[in-house]
Amino acid sequence: MPNIKALNDLTVQVRRDILRMVHKVNSGHPGGSLGCTEFFVSLYQEIMETKDGFDMDGKDEDIFFLSNGHISPVYYSVLARSGYFEVDELNTFRLIDSRLQGHPTTHEGLPGVRIASGSLGQGMSVAIGAAEAKKLNKDNHLIYSLHGDGELQEGQNWEAIMYAAGNNIDNLIATIDVNGQQIDGATDTVLPLGDLKKKFEAFGWTVVEIEEGNNIEAILNGMSTAKSLTGKDKPVCVLLQTIMGNGVDFMMHTHAWHGKAPNDEQLEIGLAQNPVTLGDY
Amino acid sequence: MKTYINSGNKDTRSGFGAGLTELGKSNENVVALCADLTGSLKMDEFKANHPERFFQVGIAEANMIGIAAGMTVGGKIPFTGTFANFSTGRVYDQIRQSVAYSGKNVKICASHAGITLGEDGATHQILEDIGLMKMLPGMTVINTCDYNQTKAATLAIAEHKGPVYLRFGRPKVPNFTPENGEFKIGKAVQLTDGNDVTIVATGHLVWEALEAARALNEEGISAEVINIHTIKPLDEDAILKSVEKTGCVVTAEEHNYYGGLGESVARILTQHNPKPQEFVATNDTFGESGTPAQLMDKYGLNSEAIKKAVKTVLNRK
Repeated sequence: MPNIKALNDLTVQVRRDILRMVHKVNSGHPGGSLGCTEFFVSLYQEIMETKDGFDMDGKDEDIFFLSNGHISPVYYSVLARSGYFEVDELNTFRLIDSRLQGHPTTHEGLPGVRIASGSLGQGMSVAIGAAEAKKLNKDNHLIYSLHGDGELQEGQNWEAIMYAAGNNIDNLIATIDVNGQQIDGATDTVLPLGDLKKKFEAFGWTVVEIEEGNNIEAILNGMSTAKSLTGKDKPVCVLLQTIMGNGVDFMMHTHAWHGKAPNDEQLEIGLAQNPVTLGDY
Repeated sequence: MKTYINSGNKDTRSGFGAGLTELGKSNENVVALCADLTGSLKMDEFKANHPERFFQVGIAEANMIGIAAGMTVGGKIPFTGTFANFSTGRVYDQIRQSVAYSGKNVKICASHAGITLGEDGATHQILEDIGLMKMLPGMTVINTCDYNQTKAATLAIAEHKGPVYLRFGRPKVPNFTPENGEFKIGKAVQLTDGNDVTIVATGHLVWEALEAARALNEEGISAEVINIHTIKPLDEDAILKSVEKTGCVVTAEEHNYYGGLGESVARILTQHNPKPQEFVATNDTFGESGTPAQLMDKYGLNSEAIKKAVKTVLNRK
């Protein structure tokens, strides 16, 4: 049985990491990062089967691709706290000569990262390619990917969504972070996404909805369901309803903190709402 | 002067197809992806031999490039196939981020490059692809001249770790390089010895350069023809050595002179040994419908144009 308290403690610590990372360099994307913290913690601590260490090919283990690369703070924090590199390296986020670039990349050789992302809409195709490679290699492990909901406005996603269904990519669980927000405002006002469940189903995917996307138990249950639906000829999509900025009250339910760092005072308020659990880097 | 025999006109894309067929048998990590142009790219035989390693992605080139990038995670060596226009301009950002910046071992194989695509016209005739691809850090850019060389290049790039752009074409052109010849990425091939002028040519213009050199020879002008199949990394030493001897150069390519081989040659000459240079290339223009021969003539991309450029550059020495 998963230790929910330990996962929640890690979640709080990751939130602190995110706030401190973006505050230090006065840049980065805290809103989406905080919204997906529980998902990343669940994914790396409980859901994925991974080997010790890191190699690019990821044979005989589950593989994750982050398509909406701007939420790198949560990705880096969870990778570090899952043992891919030292947590102290989080100090170098967005600084010159760092492996922790503004958006994730393989270019500087950061363990845990297998593709560059940042220019949106490319990760679904990459995840499908890795899924095809797993099938060729007769490796039964799964490919996981995460995409922003606003990111689905990029047309390449729909090429990929069509391909995955048409080619029975049933070893892929693509999760959409449905927070309803993007830089210019609500997705409903910028460019409405419509009924994503119906759209994915119409394209031939199996859809799992997680309504409480910031609740660890709900995530574990939903992802367990998603996992049970793999291997049945159809790709699996998880619609993860999250609250942007979750866990820091003044950042919640708004697109305002998509790509803005807190000032000194705001940082203190945010940290006070998330007291140290495992220890700061 | 060394002469070359045309063993019979063949299309370079068929050289790619033959190479891919051979790779299918010799390297089980090679996979092929195509965006609804299997026949045009001559990928049918690979598809028939290895259906499990052939991926039809439909008319969705961006997705094709992304899938190819993902397949390298797992040790595959993906060869993507579509027309040059849809292999580059249409998917530039996908190549830039998911392939080049990510350092993925993807081979982007592009047929119907340049103006010799012919009757389909300018929408399909890309004359900017060499520039687009050579600007990407870490991208190897290859433009082969005939069937044999294209086949050899296809085999060679599978052994090279890193992203490659392989450019070839549609029309049947003279096949004159050795069958099963060695292909060394980044190594120029000197075809003739000469003292008066260096002609640096790539792709379909290599045979035209040989034709020009033969005609010039009859007029008493000795031209050194260098076949540049690898535009990046460019064999700077071979070019500088030749130009040091001849004192001038003509570059010839089926591409816009902005961003093409000629500019790369001009850069190294400017840095190391400034000498007069003339460009045989398209002059910042789109193409149009017509037969390949008509278009090469109209846009100044044949042996006549090379001869003319040689006369001009000799006067500037």
